[in-house]
Amino acid sequence: MDITQRKQLAQKRDRRKPVLSNNLLRSLNWILLVVGSLFLLSPIWWMISTSLKPMEEIMQFPPTLLPQEWHWENYVHTWQAAPFTTYAVNTITITLICVVANVFVNAFIAYGFAKIPFPGKNILFTIVLSTMMIPGFVTLIPQYVLFAKLEWLNTYYPLVVPALFGSAFNIFLLRQFFRTIPNEMIEAAKMEGANHFYIWRKIALPLVKPALATVAIFSFNGAWNDFLGPLLYVNDESLYTLQIGLQVFKEQASTQWNYLMAGSLLVLLPVIILFFVFQKYFIKGANITGSSSFDK
Amino acid sequence: MKKKKWWTMGRRESLQGYIFIAPWVIGFLAFTLGPLAFSLYASFTDYNITSRMDFVGLQNYDQLFTGDDLFWTSLYNTLYFVIFSVPLTTIGAIFISMLMNQSLPGMRIFRTIFYLPAVLSGVGVYLLWMQLLDPGTGLVNTILSWFGINGPNWLFDPDWTKPSLIFMKLWSVGGSMLLYLASMQGISKNLYEAADIDGAGTWKKFLHITLPLITPVIFFDIITSTIGSFQIFQEAYVMSQNGSGGPASSMLFYNLYMWIKAFQSFDMGYAMAMSWILFVVVLIITIINLKLAPKWVHYEGDDK
Repeated sequence: MDITQRKQLAQKRDRRKPVLSNNLLRSLNWILLVVGSLFLLSPIWWMISTSLKPMEEIMQFPPTLLPQEWHWENYVHTWQAAPFTTYAVNTITITLICVVANVFVNAFIAYGFAKIPFPGKNILFTIVLSTMMIPGFVTLIPQYVLFAKLEWLNTYYPLVVPALFGSAFNIFLLRQFFRTIPNEMIEAAKMEGANHFYIWRKIALPLVKPALATVAIFSFNGAWNDFLGPLLYVNDESLYTLQIGLQVFKEQASTQWNYLMAGSLLVLLPVIILFFVFQKYFIKGANITGSSSFDK
Repeated sequence: MKKKKWWTMGRRESLQGYIFIAPWVIGFLAFTLGPLAFSLYASFTDYNITSRMDFVGLQNYDQLFTGDDLFWTSLYNTLYFVIFSVPLTTIGAIFISMLMNQSLPGMRIFRTIFYLPAVLSGVGVYLLWMQLLDPGTGLVNTILSWFGINGPNWLFDPDWTKPSLIFMKLWSVGGSMLLYLASMQGISKNLYEAADIDGAGTWKKFLHITLPLITPVIFFDIITSTIGSFQIFQEAYVMSQNGSGGPASSMLFYNLYMWIKAFQSFDMGYAMAMSWILFVVVLIITIINLKLAPKWVHYEGDDK
């Protein structure tokens, strides 16, 4: 296939595309996207609308699309119906520790894999990647036994300590970014007598700040939404996180959908805000994952 | 002399390298390799966390394959979910990214809207879907009723529970959509222009240019979403009756059954045997995927 020749042809020739059908197709495309967007947004709008209705209105048939009266006090009621403030403080504590640990530990490990030559590096990195294929429950049960023996049950240690040792996906993601730093830069610093710890802190880290932000946001999401960990390891109500609190509140509120939706929305809100503020970092993370699948 | 000095520098650098990756190595030994070894051994015992571990040979595996109907139910439910959710989400994501890969007004807003559900997860989302799918007051059946359709009982009808979860999964299809979109935007415009000259229509261009060039991402997406779907747990735990996989065990997925065995009846040896069966199944499927890849995945550079 001689693609270059065709390319030249394409540039030379006037394109005589049927403009009308092209426009029709574009309009159709646009309409599909609008309809799709409405579909995807409707659950969120429904959640907000339901959270503001009184119970009698929710039970009405057919349901109303907007609340007849806006009952903002549903949110206050929900927040006070269970110790959500405690849950929120707990969740924020765990999340902050996990985010900080994830960012710095993974950046540390990833730099080693990206920029320092040492024997056995390739095989070790292959192991890093292959750990992503291990179904979580295979290690979850023996880890539980380990943490039980350490008497870590009903503490936050099982939730935060593993974060101090890096996670395969983040190592992989950050390594991709560190690799884009030119080797000459690092060689030059080495010439001046800098060791890798200095180079990591002073040169490499500042250069991958956007990637660190991406990892921070993914970690925030992961820790904030973690359900399995607290479900397994935390028993005391005073140690509950928001996810567990919401699950317990679900049993308590039964089918009082207004309170359930208010609670759900409050728990989801930080993630939604984060998403709108830092959207470009979310997308960056997705892009690097997608484009690196080309590397095989 | 000079050579010797160079050697020590190289060694010093290697040492630094090992220090950098040391946290991962320690974590890998303590939280992955050690537990894996323990779990493999314990799967041949009657371990229940309080007892001493008595070696029982293949008894756990034998019981699973020949004496445990719920094991087969959970495997069936999980395969059902994987077989439908993986292709549907893949095709859905490719289709949306195709629509999105144009220069139309409002593209940034569309991208945000389609991606938003993918970043939402956890109990809040499950509760939201329990409400949306509620037969009496939910949005889904309300919309269906506008078209004169009498919606099913969704999470209360054993035939509809798994489709319910698949719909919920489709809502967050925007995550993999972003992966496809990124790779589509990397395709050279020249290829499409050349195809224009040959008079290729939109569909032909998609089939012969776009699709082959995004196969690496499709491959990546299928592998990761297959592994992920096999491990479906939280949705079933939160959304099924009493977290037990009901109604009629229709949401008793593999991991949920394993969870019940491990942490409710503390049959840990048995649960660990289950986990190894899952590991092997996932491994075999991944290997098959890797073996099939050269037949359909195009990597740029090794093209004909």
